[in-house]
Amino acid sequence: MDEVPAGLRVAVLVKHVPDAQFDRHIDAEDLTTVRNESILSELDEYALEAALQLVEAQGGSAAGHRVTALTMGPSAAVGAVKKSLQIGADDGVHLTDAALGGSDAAATSKALAALLEHTGPFDVVLTGMASTDGETSLVPAQLAERLSLPQVTFAASLELAREDTGWTLTARRDNDTFAETVVAPLPALVSVTDQINEPRYPNFKGIMAAKKKQIRILSLADVGLDADEVGPAGSWTRVEAAAPRPPRTQGIVITDEGDAGIRLVDFLAGQKLL
Amino acid sequence: MTAVLVFLDNPGATLARSERELLSLASTLGDVSAALAEVPGQAFLDGVGSYGVQEYYRPEDASVADVLVAGKAAFLAEAVRASAADVVLLGNSYEAKEIAARAGIRLEAGVITDVVGLDADLTATKADFAGSYTVTCRVTTDIAILTVKPNSVEAAEAGLPSSPREILLPVEVPRAAARVTGRADKPVSGRPGLAEARVIVAGGRGVEGNFAPLEDLADALGGAVGASRAATDAGWIEHSAQIGQTGKTVSPQLYISVGISGAVQQRAGMQTSQVIVAVNKDADSPVFEIADFGIVGDLFSVLPQATEEIRKRGL
Ligand SMILES: Cc1cc2nc3c(=O)[nH]c(=O)nc-3n(C[C@H](O)[C@H](O)[C@H](O)COP(=O)(O)OP(=O)(O)OC[C@H]3O[C@@H](n4cnc5c(N)ncnc54)[C@H](O)[C@@H]3O)c2cc1C
Ligand SMILES: Nc1ncnc2c1ncn2[C@@H]1O[C@H](COP(=O)(O)O)[C@@H](O)[C@H]1O
Repeated sequence: MDEVPAGLRVAVLVKHVPDAQFDRHIDAEDLTTVRNESILSELDEYALEAALQLVEAQGGSAAGHRVTALTMGPSAAVGAVKKSLQIGADDGVHLTDAALGGSDAAATSKALAALLEHTGPFDVVLTGMASTDGETSLVPAQLAERLSLPQVTFAASLELAREDTGWTLTARRDNDTFAETVVAPLPALVSVTDQINEPRYPNFKGIMAAKKKQIRILSLADVGLDADEVGPAGSWTRVEAAAPRPPRTQGIVITDEGDAGIRLVDFLAGQKLL
Repeated sequence: MTAVLVFLDNPGATLARSERELLSLASTLGDVSAALAEVPGQAFLDGVGSYGVQEYYRPEDASVADVLVAGKAAFLAEAVRASAADVVLLGNSYEAKEIAARAGIRLEAGVITDVVGLDADLTATKADFAGSYTVTCRVTTDIAILTVKPNSVEAAEAGLPSSPREILLPVEVPRAAARVTGRADKPVSGRPGLAEARVIVAGGRGVEGNFAPLEDLADALGGAVGASRAATDAGWIEHSAQIGQTGKTVSPQLYISVGISGAVQQRAGMQTSQVIVAVNKDADSPVFEIADFGIVGDLFSVLPQATEEIRKRGL
């Protein structure tokens, strides 16, 4: 049995994604992402760091607060949860099921919403600003809609304060032409940008401690969903074709001998770019 | 006839080019109406009308915009119902994508973001994996929601200005929502916006805090100034100038990369530019692998010389 702590319960959604340092591929047959060489999405490290800082500022696990890392994906995706536990999350959950492959944002948000409802309640659900593979930034907003949670997305700063009426989150959000201050009561859904903090690395102590932390593995049936509610059947969009673009090739490289500025203008004129 | 609804967020004084592109694309698909969450000015409205839009929707209560995303998404869903739209087009800002995301759940409609091409049969084209794949995809639900990148379609010539008819819609704003309690405008530069610019001069750590030579070159070329994350993190330039994975994705005709090494996260935002020029004093910088024209040299001598040469040629 899980004991229900009196403190804050913070969920962090972490995704296992192909490492962008290598060439990434889409399978020519089933048009889904090839998931070799995958890692915890860099952008979700900021969400995890934000979660850890939120609870640490309130006294940490000693005060009964708890950070849970959750992922949805094939069996290897548990790597994202394991890494999160090494970095400092208290426990982990992995939703995995053959039917989930090929889910679009709508189906992914459906599965994650069911997962959060099954494993919650959570006071804060934290996500990255985008997954580094899908890069749609749709999932956080769709989760807020599905779970009827206040949406505090693209937060570049985050503060939690306890007031008479309960917890209040204040965030800064940058738009192109203005910056806004956003305030929400808990529970809330929060996505964070890479401006919010410097994610910490796992240290030896953390790596050892993670071995004792619990990871729950759940199937679709465990969270109350049918196979046709997710995956291609439950998706509202479909990929029809994917073709690798020819990589850019190196052009001319010159070394400045005192006239490179002029040669640059000659090049631009030759390309009709002036 | 297909009914198309175009959502225009944060209306300015007049239509921006990206908004003209959206309206032009919409009119190739069917009958167009517009949805605006905020109160627009007359010149903006006349511009909308000049693209043949005869009706536009607005929330009865303009305070929907005080609730982050949820309010505008609820309004958009109402406007889609009221206009019986089959296709919904939005811009591609983070906020537009989020509004699309939530409206999609409300309407049980598929959402495709970052669209760069759209066929008459609604097959959408987009780039994946930082521009290394071209993907075509479709929405499979009755209503299709698409967020379209600027510079993807040509804006058609506008017709005569005319004011579309306003239709006010009651909107129930979700009660569980985050409130916008403050807004601080950022300084405007007078240069074109990054997303729309035909020319971008972008600077990195090599600029060492001095963007003046880049601004001069950008002005000589009528371009915008962008930056790597190293330069925005250092506080040398606004964060909104950042290009890359966690900044803007741009595809201008000409991208001049200056004092930037060319890390994958930077490339993710610029490698679909038509022509790339790189100026870097290190010949081994990875940026040269993707440059059409590379100069190994000091930016502080190359850039002023180029700017002077452009001016001298009277261009
Ligand atoms: C999650 C995550 C997201 C990120 N998102 C982005 C993003 O969106 N955009 C982005 O840009 N980066 C991003 N980064 C950072 C990225 O990895 C690089 O660190 C960054 O792009 C480096 O910036 P730079 O090229 O300006 O600096 P450096 O790598 O330090 O390069 C500076 C270059 O300037 C050259 N130089 C120095 N002096 C001169 C001179 N006088 N004349 C000519 N050349 C000179 C040097 O030779 C060098 O190549 C992200 C990183 C992470 C982890
Ligand atoms: N399969 C997944 N498992 C866990 N979290 C996810 C998953 N997909 C998306 N997310 C979360 O949603 C954020 C935005 O993803 P996206 O909408 O795909 O760009 C990510 O940064 C994650 O925090």
